[in-house]
Amino acid sequence: MNKTVPTRIFIPRDTTSCSLGADRVAELVQQTISENELPLQVVRNGSRGLYWLEPMIEVETEAGRIAYGPVTDDCIEDFIASQFWKPNENHPLYLGLTQEIGFLKNQQRLTFARVGVIDPLSIDDYRQQGGFVGLGSALTLSSAEIVSVVTRSGLRGRGGAAFPTGIKWQTVLDTDSEQKYIVCNADEGDSGTYSDRMLMESDPFSLIEGMVIAGIAVGANQGFIYLREEYPLAEEILCKAIEIANEHGYLGNNIAGSNSSFSIDVRIGAGAYICGEETAMLESLEGKRGEVRPKPPLPAIKGLFGQPSVINNVISLASVPIILADGAEAYECYGAGRSRGTLPFQLAGNIKYAGLVELAFGATLRTLLNDFGGGTRTGKSMKAVQVGGPLGAYLPESQWDVALDYEAFVDIGAMLGHGGIVAFDDSVDMSEQARFSMEFCAIESCGKCTPCRIGSVRGVEVIDNICNGESPSQNLQLLNDLCETMTDASLCAMGGMTPFPVRSALQHFAEDFPALDKS
Amino acid sequence: MTKASTSQVEVVAGIVQKHKDVSGALLPILHAVQNELGYVPSSAVQVIADGLNLSRADVHGVISFYHYFRSSPPGRHILQICRAESCQAMGSRKLEAHARQSLQVDFNQTTKDGEITLLPVYCLGNCACSPSVRVGDKVYGHVDSEKLDKIVSQLVSGAVEVRQHK
Ligand SMILES: Cc1cc2nc3c(=O)[nH]c(=O)nc-3n(C[C@H](O)[C@H](O)[C@H](O)COP(=O)(O)O)c2cc1C
Ligand code: SF4
Ligand code: FES
Repeated sequence: MNKTVPTRIFIPRDTTSCSLGADRVAELVQQTISENELPLQVVRNGSRGLYWLEPMIEVETEAGRIAYGPVTDDCIEDFIASQFWKPNENHPLYLGLTQEIGFLKNQQRLTFARVGVIDPLSIDDYRQQGGFVGLGSALTLSSAEIVSVVTRSGLRGRGGAAFPTGIKWQTVLDTDSEQKYIVCNADEGDSGTYSDRMLMESDPFSLIEGMVIAGIAVGANQGFIYLREEYPLAEEILCKAIEIANEHGYLGNNIAGSNSSFSIDVRIGAGAYICGEETAMLESLEGKRGEVRPKPPLPAIKGLFGQPSVINNVISLASVPIILADGAEAYECYGAGRSRGTLPFQLAGNIKYAGLVELAFGATLRTLLNDFGGGTRTGKSMKAVQVGGPLGAYLPESQWDVALDYEAFVDIGAMLGHGGIVAFDDSVDMSEQARFSMEFCAIESCGKCTPCRIGSVRGVEVIDNICNGESPSQNLQLLNDLCETMTDASLCAMGGMTPFPVRSALQHFAEDFPALDKS
Repeated sequence: MTKASTSQVEVVAGIVQKHKDVSGALLPILHAVQNELGYVPSSAVQVIADGLNLSRADVHGVISFYHYFRSSPPGRHILQICRAESCQAMGSRKLEAHARQSLQVDFNQTTKDGEITLLPVYCLGNCACSPSVRVGDKVYGHVDSEKLDKIVSQLVSGAVEVRQHK
């Protein structure tokens, strides 16, 4: 190897790898390099999302990148002393070629192709790995043609509601307003989800590129990213990336030499789950209480500051560049039924191999839990799985053969949502989980409608009564009535879907409500 | 008006001046005020209302809607414990109970010595390594009671050092 080119050592810098000590690892490796004048260069990449192996260090070799992990605080000194950069196959943390690790190899990474591979703030890395090809293609197309590509790709909103993205864009394109907006929903409030965060921290230019393409497609020159306050590192990386994109002419006037202009503002949320709901988010962006607006009007017609607005999730927007680059058909050919393309699933909770799995729709939930997830982290048997965030149903083992596909989930009274999957072992008490669902709704309700605001508070009381054995069967009747009212009469899915986890807990895990058995 | 709040009012006025012409300025202003002062003092409400042509009730209504904004000063450090489902699956209920007990506070309260304010948080996006806690802008993963005690003792001893410099 050429002696003058230093070997690159990749040490991740995303929230989770840093939460496990990656910054300290990077600091020590850098110190060793400086003190010994080693021909090595530290690159802070994003994470590959193999989180049980973080901090995972990679060394560039002629054969490809070699990984080690987890390089934790208590072994870092020995690890450095082993001269891992050589590389050292006999080291206990040696994992071989990164791309051959089964968990990664068996995925279909499209939206996440660059995540963990590149330096998130290197626009050269981004370009070398296919970045801005989609934008280049969009600039040769008419607005209607861009929208048509997105429609034909079959892309549906990844924020949870799975509405076809192309149709939403078409509605905004068809309005004749001087001012339109692209609003990116980066509120990622669902527990068990972290794909938006990973993407923004590990490949922020892909989101920027997706927003620029959306702007060109519908005729909007201003974008907003509504980012939750809980993501300080994502904020730092995203804002820096926007600055760099501006400097390189990918934002601002005459984007990439064209007649189009587009700018992006990042706005920070303030700890309200409901502000992930799109109309509450608009209120918040306008500087108001995050209360849900009744629909119609659709935000696509009358959205931010009363203007037509495309509102899309981070992953929806970040999937657009590859669709424009490779064509609608290349994306559409992945998937099952009406769920086309891929979804970045997030394995969370009590699971052995927690991490990000981007897969074409259609595999089974069990494949994710067992083949990728490897069962529980505690080693006990897995009892329940909540998919799709706090409003998603709890699924017992008998339902794990369900296909990962939007419609298949709806058919069993569940939802795929944003793809978060939280596993629980058999120590979980499902009555506590049901109670928490109501409690969470009470804490986060925007207060606009009574079924949700009052129903959730009553829901907690009634579940407590059931668990304490106070007239359990009457209280169960009351709880069922409450759930029905919430489902039927709430203005949005916060109140409308909280009954899903509650009722699924009652239905599938009756043994955790022993008082009901006795009555 | 006390001296302290006069200078707070000046800080707030400067922030309002800087942001008032951006669209939807209220949240960015509240963020800037809280970043600067640690909370949004009641004396700020009138200044913000005047600057944005809103009523005090409007501004107050927004501050009270969002969990993040607070109207009284927090402790020296803010410790957030994730209460959401992924962390529950890995023992956050126990961690919560341990924190309340060892710090002798409930959520949304500050320890007697003014060191630590304990807050709940609903997901830090760190669910692959639950349970998670956050201190300032730093997130920690796989936190059990022992690890939490260590984090807390580092915070408190760090704060003691800072005081000695004064
Ligand atoms: C209570 C509630 C919370 C939501 N939270 C989020 C969120 O955190 N992120 C998100 O992208 N969408 C969230 N949504 C869905 C949005 O309302 C909206 O459908 C989405 O942002 C549209 O973008 P998409 O079509 O690209 O998914 C939420 C919806 C509800 C009802
Ligand atoms: S269902 Fe709940 S969150 Fe949704 S509008 Fe009604 S009160 Fe607000
Ligand atoms: S649920 Fe605790 S970090 Fe996501």
